[in-house]
Amino acid sequence: MYALDINGLTKTYKGGTQALQGINLQVKQGDFFALLGPNGAGKSTTIGIISSLVNKTAGDVKIFEYSLASQMEDAKSCIGLVPQEFNFNQFETLWQIMLNQAGYYGVPRNVAKPRAEKYLKQLDLWEKRNSAARTLSGGMKRRLMIARALMHEPRMLILDEPTAGVDIEIRRSMWTFLKEINQQGITIILTTHYLEEAEMLCRNIAIIDKGQIVKNTSMKSLLATLNLETFVLDLSKNISSLTLSGFESRLIDGHTLEVDVPKEVGLNSVFEQLTTQDIQVLSMRNKSNRLEELFVRLVESGRQPEKGNNKHD
Amino acid sequence: MTSRNFVALRTIWIKECTRFMRIWIQTLLPPAITMSLYFVIFGNLIGSRIGDMGGFSYMEFIVPGLIMMSVITNAYSNVSSSFYSAKFQRNVEEMLVAPVPNWVIIAGFVGGGVARALLIGFIVTLVSLLFVDIHIHSLAIILLTLVLTATLFSTAGLINAIYANSFDDISIIPTFVLTPLTYLGGVFYSLTLLPEFWQWVSKANPIVYMVNGFRYGFLGVSDINLYVSMALLVGFNLILLTLAYSLINRGVGIRS
Repeated sequence: MYALDINGLTKTYKGGTQALQGINLQVKQGDFFALLGPNGAGKSTTIGIISSLVNKTAGDVKIFEYSLASQMEDAKSCIGLVPQEFNFNQFETLWQIMLNQAGYYGVPRNVAKPRAEKYLKQLDLWEKRNSAARTLSGGMKRRLMIARALMHEPRMLILDEPTAGVDIEIRRSMWTFLKEINQQGITIILTTHYLEEAEMLCRNIAIIDKGQIVKNTSMKSLLATLNLETFVLDLSKNISSLTLSGFESRLIDGHTLEVDVPKEVGLNSVFEQLTTQDIQVLSMRNKSNRLEELFVRLVESGRQPEKGNNKHD
Repeated sequence: MTSRNFVALRTIWIKECTRFMRIWIQTLLPPAITMSLYFVIFGNLIGSRIGDMGGFSYMEFIVPGLIMMSVITNAYSNVSSSFYSAKFQRNVEEMLVAPVPNWVIIAGFVGGGVARALLIGFIVTLVSLLFVDIHIHSLAIILLTLVLTATLFSTAGLINAIYANSFDDISIIPTFVLTPLTYLGGVFYSLTLLPEFWQWVSKANPIVYMVNGFRYGFLGVSDINLYVSMALLVGFNLILLTLAYSLINRGVGIRS
């Protein structure tokens, strides 16, 4: 069963801007799915339509087989939304926000209270339960939005840039939490600008640009299409020039070397050649996030939809 | 009503009531102070020189109008400011994303406005008892007029907030439309004091019907036929509730 099944979704805003040009997208139940794209690509419009905050122009959206058009209340009950912008009442306490959220979904108070306690504790917000939301730090506000979205125990959680602006420690704890709830069976759809986040968490990915899906595949097969990786090597001695046979390389400074390594060749030959020249490698790292490279390549290379657009590879 | 909708409605209504109770210094206290001043200045000081009006002391005559004035302004401002704040802070999205039917959203906000208006009506009535003994002709008419008027102006405040794009937009109607209509709606005078032409013009002011219907409940006298007042109140309510439902259904001001 698909958690999300989108067919021919189109959105044209007043003024004529066509944000979505008939996209098709399917997300399987239990998936951890990334929806990536540059600013203005149509990610937020897609999420807005799924969560009923944006009116579609044409097309069909089904949530766990409930039509968003004709079975709206059942479809909406399946979704938990963590939006990009803080959208809770800044003057209410965390406790009020959590209980109100449960109430909107018809969860009675006697069920909502232990549930609010559970999620506030899981997201390290329990001590702040009687504080007004406006007094929270940015990271706490982000966690509050996740806790709030879980109050009706949705089958699918949609997170629109959930870790924007939070420090790495909180980000990692949020990743751990999201992985846990995904393992418990909640389907997760994530948009993010931290491509490392998508690579680390998601099993499947769609890349959207100019209102069209330009890639829709598994993370594994997407990364497998990379045939070149760039490594940065810290060298033991200062050198002024260096040639590595069979590799593109650049000296950044006397002690730092960048080498492009084709996947089928591997790194052994690089080390052999450096050893021959009596150069030791002190440390080594990837130059950039691999997904980032792919993302930039996909979005920039012609910005034309691939053959077989909108289909799973 | 399904139990889910009932829980959602109760949640919105309690949230609205909690909001105006939390800021009681801004919401409940000012009408009590303002109305006390009206009673002292217009009722006691000036009223004693005016003499009787419609067969009652001037103070007795203005009490229903002043209560109604508070009900109208508070019902309107409660919903317009609360709903616009929810739009401004975007927490209205919490309700739009959830499976809350649009009529429940309207009923919750309007219900909150009615609750505040009734509470204010009760407070102003208590204040008026410090100045004059209130005569009650028909409690049923009083309560019916009160609830219908509070519902009408709560719905009007909601419609204002739906269209509003700034906080200025929710103060324009109360300042330039509601206040003049209320002051010219027969709160402080009987329409019979006006020349015939201005009596006729006054009858185009919907607040005249509410004030007079309410006054009938207290004093048993009215410048307007009671059935006309009630029919118009019900009619205006139906029109505005239908308009509010249509606007929210189409997502005007709240959905892209």
